[in-house]
This record gives sequence, C-alpha cells and structure tokens, in this order.
Amino acid sequence: MEQAMRPLRGWTRRGVLRAGLAALPAGAALTLIVRPAEATPEEMRDAIKKVVGDATINRGRVKLDIPPLSENGNSVTCAVTVQSPMTAADHVKAIHLFNEKNPQPNVISVTLGPRAGLARIDTRIRLSDTQTVTAIAELSDGSFWSDSANVIVTLGACLEDNPT
Amino acid sequence: MTAQALIHFPKKAKRGEVIEIRTMISHVMETGFRRTQSGEPIPRNIITTFTCHYDGAEICRAQLFPAMTANPFLIFRTVATETGKLVFKWTGDNGFSAEETAAIEVE
Repeated sequence: MEQAMRPLRGWTRRGVLRAGLAALPAGAALTLIVRPAEATPEEMRDAIKKVVGDATINRGRVKLDIPPLSENGNSVTCAVTVQSPMTAADHVKAIHLFNEKNPQPNVISVTLGPRAGLARIDTRIRLSDTQTVTAIAELSDGSFWSDSANVIVTLGACLEDNPT
Repeated sequence: MTAQALIHFPKKAKRGEVIEIRTMISHVMETGFRRTQSGEPIPRNIITTFTCHYDGAEICRAQLFPAMTANPFLIFRTVATETGKLVFKWTGDNGFSAEETAAIEVE
C-alpha cells in the first residue's frame, strides 16, 4: 500500500504536466482529422476532378465575384462571369461552383449553351466557415478555366439554432 | 405545401437582346447535416434540379447541392429569339416538384 502511494520513479508532477502540454497539439490535430462533417481542400480537389477529368485547368477568363468578408454564412451572394462570345462554335457549356470547408464540396453546377447570350450566373450560397470558393467554367472546346476567392465568414452557416 | 416561385424578366424584348431572368423559389433546403436538439439527424430535403425551357428548348439546367441557400435564387441570361413561353421547373427530395410558366413577347 505504501509502495503504491509513492510517486512512480521518474514521474514528477512537473514532468507529467509538461508531457501533457506537449501532447496537446498532437491531440488537437487528431480531432481535426477525425471530425466527420467537413470537406477538406482534398475533397474539393476530388470533386473538381470528377468534373474536369484529366484536363488542365487554366487561370483566367472566369471572374468570381464574392464579397471578401461575409457576416452571415447562410447567405453569401456571388456571381460568376466567363468571357466568351457565346456562339455555337465557342461557348460556355457549364459553370461549376465548389467550396473547401462545407460538409460537401459541391455548391451548384449550371449547364448553359450558346442561347444564354452572356455566360454569367448570380446566386446565393451557404458557407460554413472562412474558406476558398472556386468557380470552374467548361468551354465548348473542352478547355476548363477557373477563378478562386477567399471569403472570411464571421458567422458560419450550420451554427444557427437547431430546430426543436 | 405548395412552393411559391418568383420569376422576373422583361415581358417585352427586342429580337436578339440578352435578357436577365431572375428566379427564386420558397424551399427550406435542409442540408441533412443538422441535428435536432435531442441529437437526431434531420434528413436532407433539398431541390436538386432546376431547368428552364424556352419554347421547348432547354436554355438552362442547374444541379443544386445543400450549399445553396434556403429559397434558392439564381439569375441567368438568354437571348430573346421568338415570342413564346418560358417554362421553369424545380424538382427535389421527397418528390418535390414545382412548375411555372411565363410568356415573353419579342419584337
């Protein structure tokens, strides 16, 4: 009994505390990995790959208009404009929007055609956290163009009061 | 519950003019990622597809995901070609379906 009450050899109170503190960042990192309902930049990359395949994504031609700071993640207004003559020979076939931190990486995919006249969509999206939003345009010649923007979200979607 | 749709575009347009079509429909767009206070998951209930046909030809199709806001809102454009009608259709989870028709006059 007396033996058990004695501190274990080599284990001082100070030492144990220090070891605990050192283990903290590792523990925090682990919980991040385990957290289920959050997409990661990798998941966004996979979702983009599903649309794009092995084609290269070029920068330019696409403009993603989204406010750099949003107070309410439940409704973030954004617009995607693509430079294109929108003729039968050269037009935008689709515009896709992706995010990296919502539970799912897809936001919306809009299929357009030469009859649109102007390759632009405006919509409102949900963002759960501060993150990067990516717009990808698929052109009739098979090329892909993209633009990304970082949005700081003060109050994320999904944090509102749960319904009873 | 019938969903209420709002559609706005110029009722009269010149031939060849690019018109802006604004659409919005009332829908909760429940993500499926939320839980009730007792911890039970709330099942997903969203609109998944939107289409717009101009005289029978599809001019816009959208695939929607839970990251769209409640009462999904979308603006797109089309070239005014002929006097005719535009048919807007939304479909989604739990057999959700809504349709609106609007006429356009082209001079």
